[in-house]
Amino acid sequence: MSLQDTKPLIGRVQEVGGLVTLSDYEAGGGYTAAQKGLKQMTPSEIIDLVREANLRGRGGAGFPTGVKWGFAKGEPQTPGYKYLVCNGDEMEPGTFKDRYLIEFNPHSLIEGMILGAYAIGAEKAYVFLRGEYHEPNRQLARAIAEAREKNYLGRSIFGSDFNLDLRIHLSGGRYICGEETALLNALEGKRGQPRYKPPFPPASGAWGRPTIVNNVETLCNVPAIIQNGAQWYQDLGLTEDAGTKIYGISGRVNKPGLWELPMGTPIRELVDDHAGGMRDGYKLRGILPGGASTDYLVEEHFDLPMDYKTIQDAGSRMGTGTMILMDDSICPVDMARNLQHFFAQESCGFCTPCREGLPWVEELLADIENGNGKDGDLELLDQNALYIGAPGNTFCLHATGAIEPLQSALKYFRDDFEHHIKHKSCPYRKS
Amino acid sequence: MSTVELISPLTDAERNEIEAEVAHLPDRESAAIDALMIVQKHRGWISDESLRAIAKFLDMSAATLDGIATFYNLIHRQPVGRNVVMVCDSVSCYVMGADSFAQKLQDHLGIKFGETTRDDCFTLLPIVCLGACDRAPTMLINEDLFGPVTEDELTEIFSRYS
Ligand SMILES: Cc1cc2nc3c(=O)[nH]c(=O)nc-3n(C[C@H](O)[C@H](O)[C@H](O)COP(=O)(O)O)c2cc1C
Ligand code: SF4
Ligand code: FES
Repeated sequence: MSLQDTKPLIGRVQEVGGLVTLSDYEAGGGYTAAQKGLKQMTPSEIIDLVREANLRGRGGAGFPTGVKWGFAKGEPQTPGYKYLVCNGDEMEPGTFKDRYLIEFNPHSLIEGMILGAYAIGAEKAYVFLRGEYHEPNRQLARAIAEAREKNYLGRSIFGSDFNLDLRIHLSGGRYICGEETALLNALEGKRGQPRYKPPFPPASGAWGRPTIVNNVETLCNVPAIIQNGAQWYQDLGLTEDAGTKIYGISGRVNKPGLWELPMGTPIRELVDDHAGGMRDGYKLRGILPGGASTDYLVEEHFDLPMDYKTIQDAGSRMGTGTMILMDDSICPVDMARNLQHFFAQESCGFCTPCREGLPWVEELLADIENGNGKDGDLELLDQNALYIGAPGNTFCLHATGAIEPLQSALKYFRDDFEHHIKHKSCPYRKS
Repeated sequence: MSTVELISPLTDAERNEIEAEVAHLPDRESAAIDALMIVQKHRGWISDESLRAIAKFLDMSAATLDGIATFYNLIHRQPVGRNVVMVCDSVSCYVMGADSFAQKLQDHLGIKFGETTRDDCFTLLPIVCLGACDRAPTMLINEDLFGPVTEDELTEIFSRYS
């Protein structure tokens, strides 16, 4: 049995102890899934298999990948008309999984993209990569050149009549470019502002053509599903969600890092066993389970399994599955200020509640933190959270995501906010 | 003064690199961000003159291109030093003490965020999550990622850049 049987995403990285080169990848069975897919399966069969496997998008929203691919299937059938775009923007604070996948296992992403592009009928594909990801960019560029050399990319791949041109677009850097329609504008060389939906990208995306946007981790799952089948993939998960997940932990734990584990691994097991528990002298108070734009979870949730449905039922989101831990030395008011600073800065500026509201919220939080809070400030924050965060009041989900950690901080750590206002100071500051 | 003098022409190397991007895109304007990044790589930043030259080369208006250039965090519309230091100020690094680290870094270089040292060696900028949160606090100098960094290492790290 090889590590890849239980860890299809990074088992091979562990086996070779670092970067999986082309020869490492091939020796571990790499590119046989692409060969099988292109030579023995029709595009519809691949889409059906991915749907049956219940692969859900790892970019944050958890949309079923096979269903999304189905939207772009069919018309129009002009070769090269559609696009497959990999979302490698990864600017969600606290998230570091896609960097790892691209840097250490770039060929698995390429193989996933070959299969995805073949399934939807795209002959041109892009990886939209963060401009700050210099090493992942070098590794991916090299891997793409190697794959071209071997004719895994290019014309008549594996002797079939399928062609694929794969390129990297380096982002100029804005969080909003991770939102898929903003990403498409950025890919077209424009300002990264979100587009009105509908039409959704599978109908009209990059340069007006049908386009599928998928996260890096999502696409990296595809080769193993094609190789081992839907049932195998479903059985990897511990709960009703299928497959494995790259979970990550940052904060004051003994061993911060990331691990590929069965979907549905309990939070406490992640913190205590994999991250080595909290550092001496620190107690865990809250968790942002899937990046900065998810609601806090607290003590009562720590025994829950990390899967889409459970975390949603608990009032938050799985998001990217990389968790940020807040310990008892951290002031929840100041942490909220830090988070809102990020979202205010990264607003694209298109709509008023987001452009004006978020900086205003950040300022109010800074006032409270600095001992200048007033009676009524918390009610003002509540109202603004409700107004800014309600989906539909803004053009995209950036503002909604910004409010998730704020509204849950106001709910779970309200005593801390009240203490700041009542005593006109921050109890966490060492004077 | 004629407008011609306001445009510093692109070098052959810059033109060739931009054309290589244009070649696989549906139109010239789609290469706008690539072109800004290419010219910035050669010149360090995007001056008004560079901006006009790129706009002309891509058959687009300088105003539209400036709207793009100013939208993106990584395009510098002001001069920067020979090395750009970007310090993560996002939440995981914050939890691991990024605020006090950032203060020490400013003291060490003797400049504030947004400023350049007098010898033009370093420009200091804040940056959002660098995707290395398990190594917090993190910083990026040009293309080199550091983390976790402590105050004690700063002298040695900065001595590697001239
Ligand atoms: C503000 C914002 C930022 C986002 N950033 C990212 C990102 O960096 N990477 C990503 O894969 N998805 C991001 N998403 C989600 C994408 O819009 C999209 O849902 C995802 O790329 C689809 O891929 P998936 O179905 O494979 O998950 C973001 C969404 C929003 C609203
Ligand atoms: S919600 Fe914010 S980021 Fe989204 S379109 Fe409006 S201003 Fe831009
Ligand atoms: S928050 Fe600093 S690297 Fe992610």
